[in-house]
Amino acid sequence: MSERVLQVLKDKFGDAIVETHSAWGDDTAVVNASQWKEVCAFLRHDPQMGFDMLVDLCGVDYPDRDPRIEIVAHLYSVARRHRVRVKARVGNAEMASAEIDSITEIWPGADWFERETYDLMGVTFKGHPDLRRILLYPEFEGHPLLKDYPANKTQPLIPYRTEEEAGVPLDKLAPFRADEGMSFGRRVWSRGES
Amino acid sequence: MGELKSDAGGAVAGGPRTVTLDSGSTSGFATTKIDALLNWARKWSLFKYPFVTACCGMEFMALTSPRFDGSARFGAEAPRFSPRQSDLLWVVGTISQRQAPALKRIYEQMMEPKWVFAFGTCASTGGFYDNYTTLPGIDKIIPCDIYIPGCPPRPEAVIDGLMLLQDKITRGDRTPGIVKPREDPATLIQLRRSREEA
Repeated sequence: MSERVLQVLKDKFGDAIVETHSAWGDDTAVVNASQWKEVCAFLRHDPQMGFDMLVDLCGVDYPDRDPRIEIVAHLYSVARRHRVRVKARVGNAEMASAEIDSITEIWPGADWFERETYDLMGVTFKGHPDLRRILLYPEFEGHPLLKDYPANKTQPLIPYRTEEEAGVPLDKLAPFRADEGMSFGRRVWSRGES
Repeated sequence: MGELKSDAGGAVAGGPRTVTLDSGSTSGFATTKIDALLNWARKWSLFKYPFVTACCGMEFMALTSPRFDGSARFGAEAPRFSPRQSDLLWVVGTISQRQAPALKRIYEQMMEPKWVFAFGTCASTGGFYDNYTTLPGIDKIIPCDIYIPGCPPRPEAVIDGLMLLQDKITRGDRTPGIVKPREDPATLIQLRRSREEA
């Protein structure tokens, strides 16, 4: 529906648009991370584009790829009633250079989305006014939605009781057998294998 | 007084009766031990503190509403939204790691004697939330008296739990108890195995 938007982007930004694809009415442009803010500002302010609504912004971890993190933003234009999805890829295997420009100046609503992405994926948004954890507690170490965070690792805020205090066994039992439930969550991701 | 006799008197199976009715008197009076009388009073006036965090709360509402009337019939109807005035902490639903300190503080603010319900699988063991967000069972941080498994538990199971707790209060028993399913889970496992083999 908004393939025209993709065409305009390709004409205007050229090499900054890494790839585009359209499927089932969803049109996606993958943007070079260094020009992320520039492309977003164009989409927001250009009268032909007019994407005045940031529907969602999140991160996706593809541990076998390099760069591994994909930042995904869903945009919608209320006036023109078209939508587009823009992505940018950042971060290497060790999560170094996992940083991208903040787009809070363009859409103020991006504030909490970017904090959430920082909290759960560890992506730094440069220029964000208040980049703190939003869902987890400050004592939490690591970023749990990265695929190499152990699926059942907890970081308690207060120490657990000992078994002597409790008088009952306190083992944490896995709720499922190895072959049932979310078995993919127990896969150990290792680099270099796919 | 008749109620006192039937409850406190029948509680200690095989033990000495704690209540004796003087049947020869026309005025009618009973003698008992002070502990037995206190426990009888406590078990019929469990003021609850509902710590309701998740979907089990819906079943909790079903339990307390007229169809089951599950807590009023056992003297545990009146909720107190201050932990200082309540005896029974109902932990209804999933407790996240961030909520755990709040729950522990609520428990510590309650006056003795106090009891704790783990309502549902999440409060008992963390349920299927086997990940970074969830406390794997409230017994990791506070003592728990009755575990009521179920996702969510049926009101009947909670009523079973209430009666189990009353029984424990009568006997002065502080060991944790689990509400047993009314259906034998062994038959369910056999059902699953037969489906896997087929």
